[in-house]
Amino acid sequence: MGNGTEHVNPTTETAKSAPAAASNGNPSFHDVSATISGIVERRDTPLWWWIAFGISATMTLGLLVQIAWLFWTGIGIWGNNIPVGWGFPIVNFVFWVGIGHAGTLISAILFLLRQRWRTSINRFAEAMTIFAVICAGLFPAIHVGRVWAIYWMFPLPNQMEMWPNFRSALMWDVFAVGTYFTASVLFWYTGLVPDWATLRDRARGWRQKVYGILALGWRGGNRQWKHYEMAYLLLAGVATPLVLSVHSVVSTDFATSMVFGWHSTIFPPYFVAGAIFSGFGMVTTLAILARALYPPVRDFMTLDTFDKMAKILMLTGMMVGYAYIIEFFTAWYSGNEYEQYVFINRAFGPYAVSYWIMFACNVIVPQLFWSKKLRRSLPVLFIASILVNVGMWFERFVIVISLHRDFLPSSWEMFKPTAFDIGFLAGSFGLFLTLFLLFLRFVPMVAMAEVKGVLPQADPHANGHHDRGGKEGGR
Amino acid sequence: MSATTSGRAAVETGAARVHGALARFSGPGELLRAAEEVRDAGYREFDCHSPFPIHGMDAAMGEKRSRLSWFVAACALFGFAGAVALQTWTSVDALPVVVAGKPFFSHVAFFPITFALTVLCSVVGAVVGLTFFIRQQYTHPVFHSDSFSASGSDDGFFISVLAVDGMFDREATAAFLREIGGTNVELLEET
Repeated sequence: MGNGTEHVNPTTETAKSAPAAASNGNPSFHDVSATISGIVERRDTPLWWWIAFGISATMTLGLLVQIAWLFWTGIGIWGNNIPVGWGFPIVNFVFWVGIGHAGTLISAILFLLRQRWRTSINRFAEAMTIFAVICAGLFPAIHVGRVWAIYWMFPLPNQMEMWPNFRSALMWDVFAVGTYFTASVLFWYTGLVPDWATLRDRARGWRQKVYGILALGWRGGNRQWKHYEMAYLLLAGVATPLVLSVHSVVSTDFATSMVFGWHSTIFPPYFVAGAIFSGFGMVTTLAILARALYPPVRDFMTLDTFDKMAKILMLTGMMVGYAYIIEFFTAWYSGNEYEQYVFINRAFGPYAVSYWIMFACNVIVPQLFWSKKLRRSLPVLFIASILVNVGMWFERFVIVISLHRDFLPSSWEMFKPTAFDIGFLAGSFGLFLTLFLLFLRFVPMVAMAEVKGVLPQADPHANGHHDRGGKEGGR
Repeated sequence: MSATTSGRAAVETGAARVHGALARFSGPGELLRAAEEVRDAGYREFDCHSPFPIHGMDAAMGEKRSRLSWFVAACALFGFAGAVALQTWTSVDALPVVVAGKPFFSHVAFFPITFALTVLCSVVGAVVGLTFFIRQQYTHPVFHSDSFSASGSDDGFFISVLAVDGMFDREATAAFLREIGGTNVELLEET
């Protein structure tokens, strides 16, 4: 065999990577480990982190105090009334579940589509998914009023021989969101296993033991990798329909009810598009912040990544805009005056301001991204991504609050949020940010093994023994 | 664990119970070609360690496709059947209540939960199955190598040929690994 000559190529990697790493182009394998692990390993937590953590943890504590007061007093502390029985808690629930969807789209669908750029943001986005679903799950749980009976939603054998009604959309929600949370956590953890191993091998003492346990004794042999990759592929495969199904099920909470403006077959695709739209908005906001606060990750979260995220924002924004318009068209075309009234009332009734905030933020703002220059401008993208989430929160507000004028004018009632409504919303942001800050501090925020796998020198045929083309990424 | 150093000396100081021989290669391409050579030389019990999965390594090692997918398929089937059984029994048999005029056995209304439980069992099966399939163990002879511990999950590419392989011979295997481009060749002691 042509041994020796073929293998004497030890300088190739360093020769390629050393200047490249300096010029922000192509880091070496070790650069990836050192840069990302370095963020987790540094002992001196930056001052901004403590300040941000202090604020968000305080907000979380405020949330816990409010929950305690809610349990003590009852849901009368909110502005919910009859006919607006759902109010802010369900607005917030749908908002937070939607945020999560971008993470699953990035980790599962873009993986199956072999989109290499996802490796720089997938860890990040998956973490966001988990924390958003935690915030989401909180709201229906505390909204039930009788929290001590919440276990009735699970099919547990009991002395009353009662069982949940599985033909109800609210039970579908319990299972869809519960599955979504579990799948997201397991997917995230599986992706983390090789990175925990990297941290383990760089650490000493008790840290090494902790990372070693988290890494499940990972030793990187191909006999492990082949099962690992199969598991990852399967997880991506089953998570892909979850992206579409979870928010579809959430939309059936509305669509299976006999309420004008809700009882509509457009709801599942419309909700899914909106969920991905808002989720990408949140990923963009958080990624721009992380990039500003952690300069080392700039080599990984490049402008190209943001350019692609802006394109997805524009695409899903237009899908959402299409849904807004087609809802109006369908109401007109149905010839049903009650259906028509709901939509006219949304756009021109007492809550018209929220409708037009929604429309401006979700339909007009993403149109900025036709311009490549604006897609690559982080300040523009940052402001637009926040506006997107403002708009998407108001979308859910518009849908839920349209209950205020229901079937009989005699039962119409305006919805006025109380201080607790605002407080719970703020508190949920506090909880989300607290968890996210802990993630940034203690977990590698970029998937190191995956980034290494898509570097040019990771291609086993890259050193010129074979032609360089034809290698698809990702595996 | 004797601190095995690099080079020939390590092979000669090998202890009584040897797990295998470990050699380092300079990059993913080198590892892939070395794996082909080890396979062609007739070894079966060996593994290629890399910080990320390498495209084409299964073929280079002569490894079969992972069977984890069959295990996960079984889990999915269990989830599906369990969900159908749970909903049917509770809604038709245990507590038949007419709600919204839907039939007791309402396959359309049962679909979302059936789907969710199928997915739930698949993902749990995939992760639990993975820990078995990768032969998860916290202590492993490869970790006794300082070279492996320092770079195996960073930027090191290694081949370990196991002593249980019929062809394994301390001197000959070590020499072979060196011949195909391996450096830092060392013997791994059993735990």
